[in-house]
Amino acid sequence: MSKRRSSAVSGLSAWVDAVRHDRRATIGACIVAFFILLAVFGPFIAADPYELVGMPLQPPSGEHWLGTTGQGQDVLAQLVVGTRSSLLIGFSVGITVVFVGALIGVTAGYLGGRVDAVLSLLFNVFLVIPGLPLAIVIAAYLPSGPLTIGFVLVIAGWAWNARVLRAQTLAHRNRDFVAAAIVAGEPSWRIVISEILPNMTSLLVSQVIGGTVYAIGAQVGLEFLGLGDVSAVTWGTNLYWAQNDSALLTGAWWTFAPTGLCVALVGFGLTMLNSGFDEITNPRLRLERAWRAYLRARGHRPGHSTPVVAGESAGSALVTGDDHA
Amino acid sequence: MFVRYLLKRIGFYLLAAWVALTLNFFLPRLMPGDPATALFARFRGMLGPEALEALRETFGLTDAPLIIQYFTYLGHVLQGDLGISVAYYPSPVLEVISGGLFWTILLAGTAVIMSFIIGSLIGVAAAWWRFGRIDTIMPPLSALLGAFPYFWLAMVALYIFGFQLGWFPLGHAYGDGVTPGLNVAFIADVVRHAFLPVGTVVIATIGGWLLTMRNTMVSVLGMDYVNLARAKGLSPTRVALRYAARNALLPSVTGFGMALGFVLGGSLLTEIVFSYPGQGYLLVQAVRSQDYALMQGIFLIITFAVLGANFLVDLIQLWLDPRIREATS
Repeated sequence: MSKRRSSAVSGLSAWVDAVRHDRRATIGACIVAFFILLAVFGPFIAADPYELVGMPLQPPSGEHWLGTTGQGQDVLAQLVVGTRSSLLIGFSVGITVVFVGALIGVTAGYLGGRVDAVLSLLFNVFLVIPGLPLAIVIAAYLPSGPLTIGFVLVIAGWAWNARVLRAQTLAHRNRDFVAAAIVAGEPSWRIVISEILPNMTSLLVSQVIGGTVYAIGAQVGLEFLGLGDVSAVTWGTNLYWAQNDSALLTGAWWTFAPTGLCVALVGFGLTMLNSGFDEITNPRLRLERAWRAYLRARGHRPGHSTPVVAGESAGSALVTGDDHA
Repeated sequence: MFVRYLLKRIGFYLLAAWVALTLNFFLPRLMPGDPATALFARFRGMLGPEALEALRETFGLTDAPLIIQYFTYLGHVLQGDLGISVAYYPSPVLEVISGGLFWTILLAGTAVIMSFIIGSLIGVAAAWWRFGRIDTIMPPLSALLGAFPYFWLAMVALYIFGFQLGWFPLGHAYGDGVTPGLNVAFIADVVRHAFLPVGTVVIATIGGWLLTMRNTMVSVLGMDYVNLARAKGLSPTRVALRYAARNALLPSVTGFGMALGFVLGGSLLTEIVFSYPGQGYLLVQAVRSQDYALMQGIFLIITFAVLGANFLVDLIQLWLDPRIREATS
């Protein structure tokens, strides 16, 4: 038992190390940390986002750093206060999507046979049905609010994770340590939880991050359409009101530009963080980095045929997960 | 003998279409309260009792048992009867949708194909000149651009190039001054109107293709046959494109079908920003006026379109990858 705990600690420090040694991951971690702090403490510091503080559509000034909205509210206050709900929904959906995906994907991959056939069919169908229209149709029937948004985003988003995790489980299932556990008479659920899942930790973490990026973007999209609670203050509803007040055609760039920048920054930060974690998932990348450093120290340029397997980074949502199957 | 493979794929798409249809049928019925009231609340005062009764019939919302209602609904959909739109009363939903379908397919289709071609080419270049300038700048840059919501990029593009600089029109698919038809003025006007919407979707989606292509290309470039081609003294362009890129293309093509639905979602939102008269614009009208029939109709038609496009991708893959042909024979 103590051995397992120590391996967990060294596992954690491996993550911290990976972030510190990769410049992109460090930048990503800083951006994400900044927005998490903003989400936690921002609403206590910022002014009341609902209060009508001045004339509508005032450009940025010393008094209102990011100007005022079409209703005369402070844009900066709305931006800061909106961070909390946007990030909260983003991370919860990111975690839930991976949880559901793991439940179905790992079950399919581990049990195989008919169960696998049925579950695979299920996630393949959900993968091919366009997500945004599906989410819109379901959300329109439910009472508008953060719970509805979270729910429809999970429905529209879990299938991708299930597919990748099934492929990974299939790859692990034929390894010797799983065979040993089966021979030792361990029950299936225990093999899955203590043998297979721990070996996929890095993949799960990278999926949670990828899922969060998806959730934040899709949530903003749904709320922009007016499917969220339009009286709440979130990044998506900020953009909804900007569009509704025809901010564009009056030239009021400050009502929509900062919100989109924040959405993009969070997404970018998370993606960069993920690329640092890639090195843990893929030891070959680490070896390759060492090899490159060695070559450079001797004044050579790395050639074309460095044997590296494609690293599946979070940004490349298009890479198929079947490579390992 | 790849007929079995094709039949399997067709069966799968039929199943997916059936799932979408069934979802559509059960959604109004799963919600609290009487589904008919929710569906037709907006019609009150617009329709007489007989017309309402006919509408109920279309959705199978009768007092008959659920299973009969279900088959009534399926029957109506198969006949192309998707109900009547509230937002565009009294037009039938199918008519409203087909009016915008061309523009959506034009916008999303052009965007996804251009993004695929440009992204893959940059990916090839990044992998070929590995650690070079393209390889160090483009992947993070495209990741940054991909992090922006499509529709926000659209707003910025519209603001800068449409509103401030006045280079492009501020919305719609074509101007008032041209007559629709196959004439040069009209087509030029359509291209001018589509430039910004297509451009923003391409910029936002290029990163996925770029990274996929770059990563596969890097591993393909390490293969023996590429080294052999190089050793034979073939020209670099030939090695890069005919030997490496051609084989590295497969994972991208596989991902193409799946990306379609995703890109379409973003392009729907982009349409709204540009008041482009496609499905996205109709969708937002439907959401704002609680036009459930139109919303569900759009969902169905878009799903069917994506399924059809996926089948096309399957055909292309069959042609590209001999392994599929052989495995199924």
